[in-house]
Amino acid sequence: MSARPVERPLLRAGDLSKRYSVGRSIFPAQRRTVHAVDAVSLDIWPGETLGIVGESGCGKSTLGRCLVRLTDISSGSLEFEGRDIADASQRALRPLRRQMQMVFQDPSASLNPRRRVGDLLADPFRIHERLPASEMADRVAELLRRVELSPEHAARYPHEFSGGQRQRIGIARALALRPKLIVADEPVSALDVSIQAQIVNLLADLREEFNLTYVFIAHDLSVVRQISTRVAVMYLGSIVESGPTDLVFAAPRHPYTAALRSAVPEPSVERARCPRVVLKGELPSPMDPPSGCRFHTRCPAATSICRSERPLLASVGEGRLVACHHPLGG
Amino acid sequence: MSAEAPLLVVKDLSVSFCGDEGLVRAVGGVSFSVERREIVGVVGESGSGKSQTLLAIMGLINSPNAIVSGSIRFMGQELVGLNRRALDAIRGRQIAMIFQDPMSALTPVHTIGNQIGEQVRAHEKASARAARARAVQLLDAVGIANPGRVVDAYPHQLSGGMRQRAVIAMALSCNPALLVADEPTTALDVTVQAQILDLIGRLRDEFGSAVILVTHDLGVVAEVADRVLVMYGGRFVEEGGKTSVFRAPLHPYTWGLFGSIPPIDGARPARLAAIPGAPPSLSNLPKGCAFGPRCAYRHEACLTLPPPMEGNEHRAACVLPEARRREINIRTTAGVEMRS
Amino acid sequence: MLAALGFRLGQMVLVMFGISVVAFLIFFATPGADPSARIAGRNASQETLAQVRHDFGLDRPLPVQYGLMMDRLFVSRDLTSFVNRGQLVVPTVASAIPVTLSLVGGAAVLWVLGGLVVGVIAGATRGTFIDRALMILSLVGVSVPVFWLGEVANLLTQSRWHDTWLFSWVPPLGYIALTEDPWGWFKALIIPWITLATLYVGLYGRVLRASLIEMMQEDFIRTARAKGIGERRVLLHHGLRTSLVAFVTMFGLDFGALVGGGALLTEVVFGLQGVGKLTYEALQTLDLPMILATVIYAAFFVVLANFVVDIAFAIIDPRARDVR
Repeated sequence: MSARPVERPLLRAGDLSKRYSVGRSIFPAQRRTVHAVDAVSLDIWPGETLGIVGESGCGKSTLGRCLVRLTDISSGSLEFEGRDIADASQRALRPLRRQMQMVFQDPSASLNPRRRVGDLLADPFRIHERLPASEMADRVAELLRRVELSPEHAARYPHEFSGGQRQRIGIARALALRPKLIVADEPVSALDVSIQAQIVNLLADLREEFNLTYVFIAHDLSVVRQISTRVAVMYLGSIVESGPTDLVFAAPRHPYTAALRSAVPEPSVERARCPRVVLKGELPSPMDPPSGCRFHTRCPAATSICRSERPLLASVGEGRLVACHHPLGG
Repeated sequence: MSAEAPLLVVKDLSVSFCGDEGLVRAVGGVSFSVERREIVGVVGESGSGKSQTLLAIMGLINSPNAIVSGSIRFMGQELVGLNRRALDAIRGRQIAMIFQDPMSALTPVHTIGNQIGEQVRAHEKASARAARARAVQLLDAVGIANPGRVVDAYPHQLSGGMRQRAVIAMALSCNPALLVADEPTTALDVTVQAQILDLIGRLRDEFGSAVILVTHDLGVVAEVADRVLVMYGGRFVEEGGKTSVFRAPLHPYTWGLFGSIPPIDGARPARLAAIPGAPPSLSNLPKGCAFGPRCAYRHEACLTLPPPMEGNEHRAACVLPEARRREINIRTTAGVEMRS
Repeated sequence: MLAALGFRLGQMVLVMFGISVVAFLIFFATPGADPSARIAGRNASQETLAQVRHDFGLDRPLPVQYGLMMDRLFVSRDLTSFVNRGQLVVPTVASAIPVTLSLVGGAAVLWVLGGLVVGVIAGATRGTFIDRALMILSLVGVSVPVFWLGEVANLLTQSRWHDTWLFSWVPPLGYIALTEDPWGWFKALIIPWITLATLYVGLYGRVLRASLIEMMQEDFIRTARAKGIGERRVLLHHGLRTSLVAFVTMFGLDFGALVGGGALLTEVVFGLQGVGKLTYEALQTLDLPMILATVIYAAFFVVLANFVVDIAFAIIDPRARDVR
């Protein structure tokens, strides 16, 4: 693990919340609120890769978009390199866009099908740097080479590429202005296994080469483990556990993390399977979250305090945080 | 070897489509068999032809440009070229299929009970009430809480996991001898996936069904399958018992697949042993071994003719001699660079 | 669900009110011409104009005028036309309603059945000769102007071939009330029904075909086939049933518009004294009270049709029920 220089975090979120109003009534009381992201606090340090895992509806994608201010946040604080960006307008954020970028899940949907790849990649330079055309062409060619594509590909359209290649183009676009932070939202989920491995390797290589900090959002624990130094597990909009990746997955302290980990089907016939933690019931509706600890309706170890009081993220040593009244193994 | 004849025997099955760019060969001559109560896992990525193989077995390839050739014998009866009427008598009754996306697999305007009941009444003489009772029973058997309520619910009112269970219940409604599943858990969350896989594993005991499970996930195969078939470029490249294939895979593509999966615990490789390049375009398949262009061990012979399957129980379609492949396998798994 | 219904009814009343205000303002508040002249019709004498001004309170504030007009329309119903002296507007419209309803209702039955048959057969035999033939016929049906078709029908049934066995039974142009003579009612309306329905059969057939073809590509159709229930059941019980949503929505809106007076061309051609024909005549003579009455009536029916379509939508498509 690279030594963490003692400085401020690159990105710091404090009680970040994103709420959506659902319902068509004109009476405010009748409208329901979905807490897509519910008071999330986290620090992202330069050089690290923070993985965010969770199942559908946990809010990880919404959190990712909030972190780079692709959407407004409902409440809480957000600081990039110490500068407050929680309420900044899109205009004020523009210079910051050079520093934080996003890579999306669906490579077919995030590239404009009517434009050539070269034009798409030249956009960041056009918007932020005003370079002469020849120099732009050079920079584009260089980007393509860095993501293991060929400069000739600049003349083609996105539909002429395979899924894996399109994702490389998406990564190239994010890299164009040498950002400090890249938030990748399920960047490999839509790809075949063998291509996933190539892209994961590519991301790791680029991280070394450009000194990048990643937030890697995914539902696949194995992939997250491979690339992340730290990981945060989300459930129904809040973080239930976080810490160094290996520690969290090898010895989970939150029952949900344990269930998640035990559910991963391992491609092996050798190892004794870690005992399957079976969750009861179904994921509650985000419009109607349970009282107390959000997870108590499905937790095998829930007690009365879990039903009434919401546990906060607390330190359990070794840089780990857990939001549970009865953390495992402790 | 069981004394009984295999349930399903597929021989030289090929599925091709006449497209604008010429012939697209989705499946290029596969042969395999499935015994009663056996769970066979077919592993492959996109373009491997695994889904088309299943659709061919079910007779669901409707495109007028499609050419299906070869033989699919189910309980002695030939399915290729079978007329629609006879096919409908078998489909849903003896062979049932479940698809990948539970969100779109059920008709949105009819209740779950209506859709399950429809299948029951299509194949057996049952009153509406009896069919509904059977539907409730099935929903319960697949682990749905409140089956009495779910039977009258509409698909959009259920979660993804419940919908997939309902789909499985529907497929099992006439006690099929063979259940064919195309990536049944890919669209589900991992905790739900575990429950569904559990259910599929129990089908053999509780319903007496054999299962062909198509997936891209080797972990899923390890969970439930008895036998494994690895598919690439429309052909099988490796087949064998699960334990044998997982302990000592014998085809370079299988090695590549294993190498591409990051381990969930244990030592972490500095880099994943990814397979370079991309899967072949089905309209432009290489002349020899489909995997040749990406294989680190290819030589002359690989580029001219597709290699036949060599071996006994555990076979692979590779030109390299088996002993040499075993050696490479041991070397690569031991030599992967580790990082603490 | 009930709350939603109540909400929609409330919306309906609001819309109706809004339309009546707009109609009123158009006629009474457009700057320029004197409303009294418009109400009284062309060539009215000074006494008539003075009387109009008094009756309608045109020297009073607008809201009062509106109130007076609404009162004459809905409450006392003694609004008279100033062109056809003394003709009470409201009863005239009221007696025209059954005519329009008979015309549109009968045509609707024909076009729904026709549209379903054409759409399903074309969708099921997609790409074949039958499909192409049906689509060409539909296109012809959509393109032929209804008044031309009506006149041609009249030419054949009333004059050229009237004496042959084919059309001798066709009564002279005009409406025969159902209560008086049911068979006569039917005979008088059958040709207008077919004429009006032709356009819509073409339209609905094409829409249903497209909707059906799109639906048949969906995953749940593949599941239905895999159940071994037979292609006919797959097509009808799963494909058609799911495609009905678009069909029903369109139908509701078209029906509402037609009943509201949109069938005027057909009514005029066949001499049926329906609401459409009334509106047409009133427009020709600038008979303002009549126009006002028919406009509000038409608006009412369109709003009602929308409302009914929303309910039907919720019945047909269970996904729509839970949204509120």
